[in-house]
Amino acid sequence: MTRYLARRLAFALFLVVAVSSASFVLARLAPGDFVTESLGSQASRQAIERERARFGLDKSIAAQYRAWLAAAVRLDFGRSMQYDRPVRDLIPERAANTAILALAALLLATAVGLPLGIVTGSRPGGVIPSTIRSASLVLLSMPPLLTSLLLVFIAARTGWLPIAGMRSASVPAAGAALDLLHHLVLPAAAIALPLAAMMERLQAQAMTEVVDEPFVRAALARGVPRSRVIWRGALKAALRPVAGVLSLVIGTLFSGSFAVEVITAWPGLGNLMLQALRARDIYLVAGCAGAGAIFLAFGTMVSDLALAAVDPRASETRSDEGSAP
Amino acid sequence: MTRMLGTALVAIGVTAAAAAPVLAPHAPDERFAGMLDAPPTLPHIVGDDGSWHAPFVYRWRLVNQLEQQYEEDRSQRVPLAWLSQGHVVQSADEANAPLLLLGADSFGRDVFTRLMFGARISLGLAATAALGAVLAGTLLGGLAGYAGGALDDVLMRATDFVMVLPAMYVALALRAVLPLVLTPSEVFFLLAGIFAVVGAPFVARGVRAIVRTERRLEYAVAAEALGATGARLLLRHLLPAARGFVAVEVTLLVPAFIVAEATLSYVGLGFPDPIASWGTMLHDASTNIRVFADFPWLLSPAVAMFLVVLGLNLVLQGDRSAATFAPEALRRTSS
Repeated sequence: MTRYLARRLAFALFLVVAVSSASFVLARLAPGDFVTESLGSQASRQAIERERARFGLDKSIAAQYRAWLAAAVRLDFGRSMQYDRPVRDLIPERAANTAILALAALLLATAVGLPLGIVTGSRPGGVIPSTIRSASLVLLSMPPLLTSLLLVFIAARTGWLPIAGMRSASVPAAGAALDLLHHLVLPAAAIALPLAAMMERLQAQAMTEVVDEPFVRAALARGVPRSRVIWRGALKAALRPVAGVLSLVIGTLFSGSFAVEVITAWPGLGNLMLQALRARDIYLVAGCAGAGAIFLAFGTMVSDLALAAVDPRASETRSDEGSAP
Repeated sequence: MTRMLGTALVAIGVTAAAAAPVLAPHAPDERFAGMLDAPPTLPHIVGDDGSWHAPFVYRWRLVNQLEQQYEEDRSQRVPLAWLSQGHVVQSADEANAPLLLLGADSFGRDVFTRLMFGARISLGLAATAALGAVLAGTLLGGLAGYAGGALDDVLMRATDFVMVLPAMYVALALRAVLPLVLTPSEVFFLLAGIFAVVGAPFVARGVRAIVRTERRLEYAVAAEALGATGARLLLRHLLPAARGFVAVEVTLLVPAFIVAEATLSYVGLGFPDPIASWGTMLHDASTNIRVFADFPWLLSPAVAMFLVVLGLNLVLQGDRSAATFAPEALRRTSS
């Protein structure tokens, strides 16, 4: 287990370094830089030179990259040019916002998708299961880009929910947490709807297979109530395939949140990355890309551990490699 | 049944794209000056007095310049002109009462026309990128599966790496490092290339697995014993075994690429403005999201996207039993 974890950590570290370095170099190579973007074409040559020197843009790419890398090892990721704040302060703030959104969406999707999947999977026919199945198919064809446009449209027409941002300009009497929750509903639902549909389909599929297994029949034959068999016994066995695709789910959450963040103006990592790219704010670009890689690497690792938790076979084979978890 | 419905939806999209210049009433960049954000002109067949007529439309009259509110001018019926000037249908009085089946955008351009021309870009790009991803993926996967050993290791580690990358961020970063102003055809091939690179590993992994299993089967061993060269064995015997898998991959990749183009164009890193694609049409409204609420017909590219993606999903569902639902479908659609 330890060795396995160490290998995963090493790969994650490599991923983060590679992704942030690549985006740093790419953003640096791009035509135009922060100074030309922000000062415009009217600026004098001296002003441009002075600003370039201030941000270290007058050095060669190799020298600048070396300086950035050397600082990054000491956990100093440079200073964002457009915000004039250290990248190290800026990123955790925005990453936390993305994490709130992703976590809320994951909880919502699980709470809705899994029970529905158990219902549809444990009964082959009937009006309710087939309705759920069709709804899932429709929702699967609506990626977060489309769900968020649809939800924003509905919210703007009815005025039920705020359509943009994370907080109201003035904190209402109800309190900051409630205000945040109010703003969270729309973007979280936009990511959660297709995700819930996916979970429903997966869970239903796993359930259909498990319901036919001898141990379920045996329990039923012994007179254990059907609901107990389904919701206790079969559910446990059917969770494994769902946990198996959790890493895909993490990817969905993460990339889905980009479109949603942009459309609903959620101040998360995706929005920050977009701004940084537009302004050619290279330190911030590298920081955002690295943070994104950490997100994904961490997510895949958690999902692998979750798989080991629900499937004893997975952890047995792994515990041979080292000490038990 | 599901499969037929799906095929029909996809076929409608492809037909609209192919026959856009004829089917669409206008040119995609034609602006109607007095028609900014005009609502759809619905064809009527019953007049105000209850009498029946050949299909006609009413003219929009601007009643509020500031809020862009229009009112139907019911005093006069404008008949539709069929098969005139190289278009299937137009209104008889194009200058004053253009036929706007899905309304007009903020530049006074016909949304219905742009939707059809947009299908050319959006569907064409997705299809080109999917083709590229399939070609590259099949080649790499086939090589890795056939050769095995070190080459296999290197190629598979590389696909692992690309697959865990945050795909949307990669596309964003790659697009953003290139000059913002490019000609539309440059953007087209650039995006197709980026999408193909991001999509190819998914194909490569599957093809590799299939080639590895097939290689050990008697027919492949027999062909090898008969002196078939590696290339012949691969192209003639092993890769055809992956046909079914590749077909499924295409139906998964195309929706993903349609949505990816829309996302990039929506944030302004896709096609430049006068070009109609489903993403740029949404981008027009992205500065103020509330315009979608006031002028809902501007959302029609989103509806078109949904219908095509749904069509492809239905084809996939009908193709394979519901039991073999592919979870990657969603991930890729959203990435």
